[in-house]
Amino acid sequence: MTGIIEARGSKVAAATRAASRSRTQTTTRPGRRGGSHWWIHVVLGIGGFVMAFPFLWQIVMALSTNAQVTSPTPTFWPGELQWSNFARVFERLPFLDQLATSIWVTLIRTLAQIVLCTLAGYAFARLRFRGRAVILGIVLSILLVPSQVYLISQYQIVQGLGWLDSLAGIVAPGLFSAFGTFLMRTAFLNMPAELEEAARMDGANPFQTFWRIMLPLARPSISVLAITTVLWSWNELLWPLVVSTRAEDMPLAAGLATLSSDRTIDYPLLMAASLMAMAPVLILFIVLQRRVIDGLASSGLK
Amino acid sequence: MTINTQQPDATQVSAPPDTSPDGPSRPSRAPRTDGIWPWLFVLPLLIGVGTFFIWPILQTFWYSFTSWGVFGGATFTGLANYGRLLTDPQLYQSLVNTIVYTVIVLLGIPIAVWLASLLNTPGLRFAQFYRVLFFLPYVAMPAAIALVWRIMYNGDFGIVNWFLGLVGIDGPYWISTPGFALVAVSLVGLWSSLGFSMIILGAGLKDIPPELYEAAELDGASRWRQFHALTVPLLTPSIFFVLVVTTISSFQLFDLLYAILGSTNPVIPKTMSLVFYFYNAGFIDNDKGFAAAIAMVIFVLIGIITVVQFRVQRKWVQS
Repeated sequence: MTGIIEARGSKVAAATRAASRSRTQTTTRPGRRGGSHWWIHVVLGIGGFVMAFPFLWQIVMALSTNAQVTSPTPTFWPGELQWSNFARVFERLPFLDQLATSIWVTLIRTLAQIVLCTLAGYAFARLRFRGRAVILGIVLSILLVPSQVYLISQYQIVQGLGWLDSLAGIVAPGLFSAFGTFLMRTAFLNMPAELEEAARMDGANPFQTFWRIMLPLARPSISVLAITTVLWSWNELLWPLVVSTRAEDMPLAAGLATLSSDRTIDYPLLMAASLMAMAPVLILFIVLQRRVIDGLASSGLK
Repeated sequence: MTINTQQPDATQVSAPPDTSPDGPSRPSRAPRTDGIWPWLFVLPLLIGVGTFFIWPILQTFWYSFTSWGVFGGATFTGLANYGRLLTDPQLYQSLVNTIVYTVIVLLGIPIAVWLASLLNTPGLRFAQFYRVLFFLPYVAMPAAIALVWRIMYNGDFGIVNWFLGLVGIDGPYWISTPGFALVAVSLVGLWSSLGFSMIILGAGLKDIPPELYEAAELDGASRWRQFHALTVPLLTPSIFFVLVVTTISSFQLFDLLYAILGSTNPVIPKTMSLVFYFYNAGFIDNDKGFAAAIAMVIFVLIGIITVVQFRVQRKWVQS
């Protein structure tokens, strides 16, 4: 069963290698077949269109009237653009509250995971202490357990702490990540030991060594951790759905999934809301595309 | 103790006098442990992981043998939950639905292999643009994009049926017909995971030495022959990885199903996945013991499938 963890480990290494290679050879060789790639462009173009179509269609519907959306003949260009649909989102849905919740949840979790996973990952990779292998094994074993297994009990712990319907309740379990610890441990394991030893010779304590020498070197892996945590946290549905009941307390994903049916038949409103809910992460992705794609590929997270 | 903390050398705490018998035989440059430091590094994480993961896992295992009263409080009922679960037709319905979903999503892997190999053609223009397009569904919030698909699948005015109408097919009411609803959700699952598979496979493709293709070219191997005699075999480790990860995540289908169909859709009982079944039992019916049993079953099933995949791997994955 630990095979999958090892598989992920080798994946991390492989993708890092691939990433560094693609960075060094920015210009690949010219096409072997003298650039006759037109049929490849046809295939990828059609595929890419299918991939992007729902997003394009969402934008069109968000700018249409409800009559246009519910007409059996599709309106590909709404004519007069209905920007008021976006304004209605703020009037009719607790969108701003949910947006604030999503932002806070994501920020807090990402910062906490960076701090906690980096510290623990470093200790598991580089410091010596009794029981290290056993403790690491126990932490990593969580990766093999589907989240449903701990959901009920997590709910009760959060309930016991009086954190239902609160930001703390949504945030709490996601502050800690076995996956992040594994990711950071791999990063530190792959670093040269010489620098660290030099720092120790100079009398630096383990925290100083970690903070001044190792942490700066771990920046690429920390960005992978940050990207995966932001994506996961922003998009997560099941946990917030379970711990929050009032619409104003939910993050966007849970808010959208629990809209009452009188709201869900106002299709342009729905499209405007879902577009704005996805937008921050999509914009982040498009801006940081290479980093996100390489990062997710190397993490093997799904 | 208070005096001891004044001492800057923390390694003293657990590295007592270096006179242990095996001392001289080791390269005695460093002490055997780093004293208190490692614990300061790992303790914050361990407390959280212990509270929110390890303890819950043990507790759920225990809960699966208990029954819950209306006002909470668990009583031990032995294997009663499992007995009830194994005779509940809904378990088998959910299992079949989950398997159907997983199989349809896995059909995306061959497509992803093909598309990834096209995308990694050396010197291909706009490759990064295509990569972004294919990856877009993977980063989009499932709960949000599901609402788009829900409208696109609408039987009266959805664009999917309009497209089908162009080729003379009279599309069904996707979301409100049991069999079609599952297929509809599965196709969205395939759509959203394709990009991820392509990226992982793309990283694998970059690891194949270009000299091999040059040699194949010299031997006059056609593009197709290069693909199935060279690319696919050398890519099997990545394909295997994608297979395992996709299977595990597909088996935990919830977000897309819940968000596309809506929680009050009448097709839910015939279309629900194992995790949906778990969610209903634990958080709608508040039957926590029973839900814990479902969670354990999901855990064991995923474990079995993963072990089988690792066993079978030896037969087809090139090392």
